[in-house]
Amino acid sequence: MAGMSFSFAALLERPDIWRGGSLSRAGTPAVPSGFSRLDAELPGGGWPAGALTEILPAHEGIGELRLLGSALAALSNRGLRLAWIAPPHLPYAPALAAAEIDIGKIVIVRTATAKQTLWATEQALVSNACGAVLAWPKSVKYADLRRLQIAAEGGRASAFLFRSPEAAGESSPAPLRIALGTAAGGLAVRVLKRRGAPLARSILLPAMPPAVRGNRHVDRHSSAAAAARDFPARLVHA
Amino acid sequence: MAVSAALALAPQLRIAPRDPAAETEALLGVAGWAAQFTPGVALEFPDCVLLEISGSLKLFGGLEPLLERLRRGLMEMGWSTALAVAPTPRAAYWLALAGKGEFIGSTAELEPALATLPVEIFCRNDETLAALEAIGVRTLGELRALPREGVARRFGQGLLDEIDRGLGRLPDPRIFFVPPARFRATIELPAEITQAEALLFAARRLIVQLVGFLAARSSGVQRLVLRLGHRNRAATEIAIGLVAPSRDAEHFTLLLRERLSGLALAEPVRELGLQADDMVPLAGNNLGLLLEQGKPPGDWGHLIERLRARLGAEAVRGIAGRAEHRPERAGAIADLGVKQMQLDFGERPFWLLDRPKPLAEIDAVPHHDGRLELLVGPERIESGWWDGDEVARDYFVARTQNEALVWIYRERRGEGGWYLHGIFS
Repeated sequence: MAGMSFSFAALLERPDIWRGGSLSRAGTPAVPSGFSRLDAELPGGGWPAGALTEILPAHEGIGELRLLGSALAALSNRGLRLAWIAPPHLPYAPALAAAEIDIGKIVIVRTATAKQTLWATEQALVSNACGAVLAWPKSVKYADLRRLQIAAEGGRASAFLFRSPEAAGESSPAPLRIALGTAAGGLAVRVLKRRGAPLARSILLPAMPPAVRGNRHVDRHSSAAAAARDFPARLVHA
Repeated sequence: MAVSAALALAPQLRIAPRDPAAETEALLGVAGWAAQFTPGVALEFPDCVLLEISGSLKLFGGLEPLLERLRRGLMEMGWSTALAVAPTPRAAYWLALAGKGEFIGSTAELEPALATLPVEIFCRNDETLAALEAIGVRTLGELRALPREGVARRFGQGLLDEIDRGLGRLPDPRIFFVPPARFRATIELPAEITQAEALLFAARRLIVQLVGFLAARSSGVQRLVLRLGHRNRAATEIAIGLVAPSRDAEHFTLLLRERLSGLALAEPVRELGLQADDMVPLAGNNLGLLLEQGKPPGDWGHLIERLRARLGAEAVRGIAGRAEHRPERAGAIADLGVKQMQLDFGERPFWLLDRPKPLAEIDAVPHHDGRLELLVGPERIESGWWDGDEVARDYFVARTQNEALVWIYRERRGEGGWYLHGIFS
């Protein structure tokens, strides 16, 4: 009997057997996000390669890029290219370098229309010449998403699509969808969709710039003008 | 057999008039598809395509694998076929007509195999057939047992020559089929189709034909047009543009499925056509020595070229950091592959605004979507007095009412005031 239960356990360990309660492990390569609590909930243990990941931040400035920082750093240091398609602002080299991202591997693609954005994203995915493709499409329909998902499939690039929070209500062919919000001064990650059992609770991450985390309460109660006058300024004279 | 007699035997029979033009088109379609297996394709109207395969056996791994590919492809295109192999084209045609599925490799085996063929296979002259029947000759072997002079005198030299060509004793030159420059194929659907998805099955037949056609010319296509023919209105055309030239049947099918799934048919479809005009040379893929997973890595340079070709060179750039304290100059758009400096600054945002945005100041507190809370700072930056682009600013990390982190500064020159300069994403 003992032998039998042993073989049963061994059977369950097979990678091609999937149990309803567990996450899909089906050989999809993934890049660790750098946040162990998030990695534990992502199929494959990180951001999937060769698949579309939708990121829906509640609004900008809550840590939506910092969330990808570690993965982008790992990919670029492996020599892989990072394509940024139609970013809303200039990706700032000093901050990216500080996050250990090799900025020499970054290409910025600026587009004039939503159609161009989708086209450029598809090109970047189909070419299979990038480690990650980040895109900020203005409007994107289900059929477009499907095209992008097909373009991403079988490739090595992780495809990140930044969309508005309203998109959470629309259906999408992307295998991984993440909504971002804030909670208790940190980043609240809600996995809307993943391969595997759904995740009901949010994951709280300390996705804040380190200096801010350390100095959160410094001048909370002083007026801005006073702060500007009285704090010992870090002077820079060239 | 008369139609009435046939209907008496099988009342559910559907009668269709023979359409020679459609038959010829189908034969040409099969020939165009089969050209992927050999450059030597000849047509034997009305119902046979001859392939010269002795030069192709090695490439396709022998006779059986080649026949298997032929069978599968023809089946996928929806044809029922009889295959036969013989050392001479004529003998192969006869064996296929006889439907025996015989595959004869040597001339020595040919004679006994042909001896059992009925005379109707190679003789189409009714008078000759009647005469042969009258003297009790039913097979090729029996005919060849008769003295040649007598046969020549009685039935003409032509019949003997025909047999000699089949046996390879007389030359039998063929004109090889030249595939057309463009691909056009249509199929008439057995019943009108109202569901767009159901068209995929029929379209698949055309795709298989297209892929064979493309393989024959080592080409791919970047644009396909599927025509849906209706009874009373103009055809619906579905154009499919591809990112890169391809001749991958699975890929075409996938794209078509995608397009058809979102299509509402205005009227039932009676006829399906596929056309492709611009063939682009496409190299065959070299297979890796080891089994690799997924697609092979693509060419970075090609991607940049393609993006620049459509969006302009200025739209596809890199970024670079510089040893410079003024934030606008410390990080900016630059040429791709610029040598990068190692930089060490205070806390910097991932996004820098193209130009600083003035912020309202209420009760000496900067506002951006509500009151801003200063978290870190000030970091004073004074620089650039030597080139007339001087800055004198105190930078802060601030938090908005909805918990976003922003990078703002207080101008220390002139009118002063607060500005939003970056976002900590």
